[in-house]
Amino acid sequence: MKRLSTDRLWAIAVLTPSVILLAVFVYGFIFRTAYTSLTDWGNDPAQAFSLTPIIRFIGLQNYHDLFTSNLNVRFRQDLVSTLFFTVFFIVGCLGLGLSMALLLDRNPKAEGLWRTIFLFPMSLSFIVTGTIWRWMLQPQGGLNQLFHLNPASNGWLTSRDSVWSFDWNKLPLITATIVGLVLLWVAWLAFRDGQRTRTWVALGCAALLLLWALVIGPNVKLLPAPELHGFNIAFIGIIIAAIWQMSGYTMALYLAGLRGIPEELREASRVDGANEWNTYRHVIFPLLAPITLSAMIILGHISLKIFDLVFAMTGPDNGPTDVPALLMYITSFRQNALAVGAAIGTVLLLLVAVIIIPYLFSQFKTQEGHA
Amino acid sequence: MTTTPLSPVSAPSTHKSPRFSVARGLMYLGLTVATLFFLLPIYLLVVTAFKTPDAINLATTWQLPKFLNWASFSDAWAKVGGNMGNSLFLAVTATAISAMLGSLNGYALSKWRFRGANTLFAFMLFGMFIPYQSVLIPLFQFIKSLGLYGSIWGLILAHVVYGIPITTLIFRNFYADVPDALVEAATIDGAGFWSIYSKVIFPISIPGFVVVIIWQFTQVWNEFLFAATLTSSGSQPVTYALSQLAGGQAVSWNLPMAGAILAAIPTLLVYIVLGRYFVRGLLAGSVKG
Repeated sequence: MKRLSTDRLWAIAVLTPSVILLAVFVYGFIFRTAYTSLTDWGNDPAQAFSLTPIIRFIGLQNYHDLFTSNLNVRFRQDLVSTLFFTVFFIVGCLGLGLSMALLLDRNPKAEGLWRTIFLFPMSLSFIVTGTIWRWMLQPQGGLNQLFHLNPASNGWLTSRDSVWSFDWNKLPLITATIVGLVLLWVAWLAFRDGQRTRTWVALGCAALLLLWALVIGPNVKLLPAPELHGFNIAFIGIIIAAIWQMSGYTMALYLAGLRGIPEELREASRVDGANEWNTYRHVIFPLLAPITLSAMIILGHISLKIFDLVFAMTGPDNGPTDVPALLMYITSFRQNALAVGAAIGTVLLLLVAVIIIPYLFSQFKTQEGHA
Repeated sequence: MTTTPLSPVSAPSTHKSPRFSVARGLMYLGLTVATLFFLLPIYLLVVTAFKTPDAINLATTWQLPKFLNWASFSDAWAKVGGNMGNSLFLAVTATAISAMLGSLNGYALSKWRFRGANTLFAFMLFGMFIPYQSVLIPLFQFIKSLGLYGSIWGLILAHVVYGIPITTLIFRNFYADVPDALVEAATIDGAGFWSIYSKVIFPISIPGFVVVIIWQFTQVWNEFLFAATLTSSGSQPVTYALSQLAGGQAVSWNLPMAGAILAAIPTLLVYIVLGRYFVRGLLAGSVKG
């Protein structure tokens, strides 16, 4: 027994350096960034990197400015862009990945070769992918040539048009409505499962939010004038390149999932008289649902962080294809506005944390379950 | 689970359709279309890299070059060769250190479970998902205050630290499949933490090391944000050099294409030779204990 405990102490001792390093480099640095974002460091760029910069604490002013000041239109457009990017990127990767996995699951000849082809872009750097696709999508370049498109009307990466614009001023209203509707749905699910408390709590919150959206929401204005933001057409090319790089990953996930479905289940469904489509619909797809969720979370966090691909395809200074991750880099290391950069970094972290923390929780809950 | 198959089937994969059918034809059609999407950019990449600048024009974009012009590669090598050296040193060093760290961490976490080990692990794992923009400014200051800004060692430090979560994860999952009985037997024989690691665990760790080494090498080689922030000219890795090469406006496309091929070759080789393990690392990245 004595021996066991010394060994366990060794285990803790071995882990200690890593834990300290991560405590400093992850949690300590996040804390530093969050603190920096509450100061005015670099708001006067000239003295940002002077030996003794005067740094004052200004509270949430930087965040307030990012979301409401006229100078920070670019940040708000970037937030909208990154959401659109995420949605199309995830849908594209899931759709293509699932299709390829279903095809490969039917045991074609030379399966390994197809798999190799679909997965190889994963091994490339986003910078390499970006360089290749930048050439593919030049006005005079590969794609337009291949499909005989008119370069004048198909400026893939250079377009300045945007679609699905909405007024930034309506953001609080839209957010409250969407969250309210989601809560209503949660309440319905809880009701169906017979969980009374959850039903009432969710219903109450939903009612409050929707009431707010109806009564106060329309009068909340972040800005004195309307400000339109939408999905920039120039992103389509970058999304295609991102799907090219990452859909092999979803394929690998789905294929692993499909291979894990026992043959008996498919057989049983066939015995029950289900045709091919019904087998997929009622047996196979439900079993793939957890994989879809995992893939959405992994792809979602990659997409919120996307930086190098955009850098390589349209450069850091192309307004229409800017994303928050890129803006943070430019703001901090080109304009030396370190506090504002830190604020953007913190917003980015919050966006990622919202999807990652519940994911980590769920992973470990199931794990302790059968550990 | 005792369903009797309707028809006698010989192969274990029973959902195989008949050999020649419309469905199978459509399957191959689908696969071919997908393959075109994945390979056309590569075709254009290779074809362009082998052309002379004046042969790259509108009409002939997709045509094969008249002759193989290797000059693009020597020109590109002159611009990014030094950075390839930096990348190689960076990736090999950072990978070796993080593989060792990950192996010890994974061993400690999976074979000597103590109270709170899972919580500690989740706390470590979060570092894998954070956007590095949220730590970039303090990281930059820290590396600078150590006097490592502009040197490859600062970059190595960053990659080793932020690589800890994934390498620990992969090894922890790998060691979880090693029977605990093995460790118990060794303890009964009087072996302790370190002798079990060196005599029992380490010798059977090769597949785990292969997965981790491939994964880390690829990640470090391909990384860009730290490269752009923590290094200065002379110590920049190849991704940064390539972005500069391709970023210019008036550049002729054979040069960045040749540069892209050079920068891609090491990770591509790793993938082609050891693809099986690459996929394993990939799947481990989606957590799943």
